[in-house]
Amino acid sequence: MFESLTEKLGSIFSNLKSRGKLSEKEIKKGMRQIKLALLEADVNYRVVKNFIKSVQEKALGQEVQDSLTPGQQIIKIVNNELINLMASKKKPQTLPPNKTSKLMLVGLQGSGKTTTCAKLAIKYKRDNYSPLLVAADIYRPAAIDQLKTLGKSIDVPVYSKDTKKVKKIAKGAVKFAQDNDHNLLLFDTAGRLHIDEKMMQELKVMEKVLEPDEIFYVADAMTGQDAVNSAQEFDSQLNISGIILTKMDGDARGGAALSIKSVTNKPIRYIGVGEKLNQLEKFHADRIASRILGMGDVLSLIEKAESAYEQEEAKKLEEKIRKNSFSLEDFLDQLQKIRKMGPLDQLVKMLPGAQSKLLQKTDFDESEMNHIEAIIRSMTKEERLKPKIINGSRRQRIARGSGTSLQQVNRLLKQFNQMKSMMKKFKNQKHKLGGNLPGF
Amino acid sequence: MSILDKLKKKLAKTHNSFVKRIAEVIRLRGKVDEELIEEIEDVLIQADLGVNITAKIINNLEEKIRIKKIKNSDKIYSILEEIIIDILEEEYEGTSGIDYSPAVKPHVIMFVGVNGTGKTTTIAKVANRYLDRGDRVLLVAADTFRAAAHKQLDIWAKDVGADIIGSKHGADPASVVYNALTSAKAKNYDVVLIDTAGRLHTKVNLMKELEKINRTADKVVKNSPHETYLVIDATTGQNGVQQAKNFIQSLPISGVILTKLDGTAKGGVAIGIKDKLDIPVKAICTGEKVEDIRQFDAANFVRAIFED
Repeated sequence: MFESLTEKLGSIFSNLKSRGKLSEKEIKKGMRQIKLALLEADVNYRVVKNFIKSVQEKALGQEVQDSLTPGQQIIKIVNNELINLMASKKKPQTLPPNKTSKLMLVGLQGSGKTTTCAKLAIKYKRDNYSPLLVAADIYRPAAIDQLKTLGKSIDVPVYSKDTKKVKKIAKGAVKFAQDNDHNLLLFDTAGRLHIDEKMMQELKVMEKVLEPDEIFYVADAMTGQDAVNSAQEFDSQLNISGIILTKMDGDARGGAALSIKSVTNKPIRYIGVGEKLNQLEKFHADRIASRILGMGDVLSLIEKAESAYEQEEAKKLEEKIRKNSFSLEDFLDQLQKIRKMGPLDQLVKMLPGAQSKLLQKTDFDESEMNHIEAIIRSMTKEERLKPKIINGSRRQRIARGSGTSLQQVNRLLKQFNQMKSMMKKFKNQKHKLGGNLPGF
Repeated sequence: MSILDKLKKKLAKTHNSFVKRIAEVIRLRGKVDEELIEEIEDVLIQADLGVNITAKIINNLEEKIRIKKIKNSDKIYSILEEIIIDILEEEYEGTSGIDYSPAVKPHVIMFVGVNGTGKTTTIAKVANRYLDRGDRVLLVAADTFRAAAHKQLDIWAKDVGADIIGSKHGADPASVVYNALTSAKAKNYDVVLIDTAGRLHTKVNLMKELEKINRTADKVVKNSPHETYLVIDATTGQNGVQQAKNFIQSLPISGVILTKLDGTAKGGVAIGIKDKLDIPVKAICTGEKVEDIRQFDAANFVRAIFED
């Protein structure tokens, strides 16, 4: 996400950083470049004007002037202001599990409400709630079917009713939830334009009937200047409690993310980062700011790893590496864990400096990993544990079985051997370190 | 009120508000000055034209003001209009928006785009338009990914009275298209409209899937799809240019259909797409009903940009 903005800011900053002292003229020139970069990234033009004003004021201040590294100081200011733009001081409320909580998702057409509903259902289910999805989009053809299909795939029941009155659906759903012990209702409403008075009225009726605990405004991260208009209008008509940004896995430029909170003053709560139903993340302003500035997002990466690995398993793995008994079986297991963390290209982008030209040019074609998996799966158990026994004829069989070539099988085995010898070195080094530095 | 009346009324409002604003600035400042230029700049940025195109238009405008020694506010608008229309209009006449004259049967049109732009609804609208002319239209539900996508198209098909070839959730879209086109040939359809799954332009494997559909279509009906439309949501920002750029790397895109222009978004990104990539806008969609599709008209589009 935000690659092009990151790249532009990066080059502006590297220019600023290269100077020992910054004159007012140079700072102003830098500010103008930042302004253009933000505008090109679809940040609302009014938000940009305020942002630049406040950064410039601070950048021209004494602190930067006195600093030995004024460029660094300016980056720090920009970073802080970016966080200010996106962060909210309001703490999200926790929904008490002993009562029936109601969540409404609203937004324009095609912003991703239905998919997000299902994603939230999974999330709450994981937190031990008993969610019920409610199909309140009675307009879009097959919208109810879409929610039903999604509900089925995640094993969450879907309430729907054949009526043209959302009020009836709302009331029916609440009753159904109470009768069936659901303590969380997720209402998927129809997409609508903020200027469609009749349709906005419908939402207001729903809000009145339901008295929802939360109303999330779902916005497409690729929205341009209009993001602010629609968000403001929804916010003025309804009691919006938070924002969910969708389609953040594309190369959206950040406009919506950087603008919506500052004009509505409502917190961005979640971001959708893929079409798979577990690809919903909590929004952290500081981490996103850090990504925008090309400083990576190691925290999110660690969290992802933590959710993929159990501590117990990590210990076992360490043991195996220590005893040098790491087998192809373990390798396959690791591979699958990494893939569970998300698409490779997304993981790599969380590393600091990942916006570099070199990495950007690398295509993370997941099919390479598919090949490796297929090759290992075509081996017998014995072969996986003792790769040494894989001779020429076995290799040929494995290549045929996995639909790959002999070269690919050879390459994998060679890489695996290299990896093992690296592990050996790593192990020895650790011993050496421990020996040389007592007390460590 | 007829559509034409509505449009006229809207346009009158448009024209007035912008000209009035310019007149206001000139009255206050007494001349065409930096402040006025900046105001125009803001309007263009707000309409999602993006920084580069805006700068290009403003440079052009300033030059014309200098050469023609313009001080009158009314003229500024017409010059601006001229500059932008110049970018938007196709150099090669002969094609007329989405109303093609079919050279071969079936005429195959594929619809592609990122998620949630309105591909399925747009197909219903285009189908309706062709059915009105008396064409025999076949819809192909090749979005096998999104839950219930083919049902959505199914309902539309019934609504407008088009035939449809469905598909199972998770089926290979290329094979769906293969079967559909084979059947369309046998049954002598005039037009085939292919609905594809929404996909982010950054997903390499999904773009490859489109290439495969494209190749498959060509195998069954030579040189098909004859048209491939990129459906873009008018609320999209500068990312739209990148979308178009990635899609043309995989497919020969013949034009853009701009949806959701009935909101407050202006769809200015289409100007950037035409300028940078030379992909013309073919049609615009302005509502949820099947009739809410219109041929693209550059002059109307430009006027709407300056509307409040």
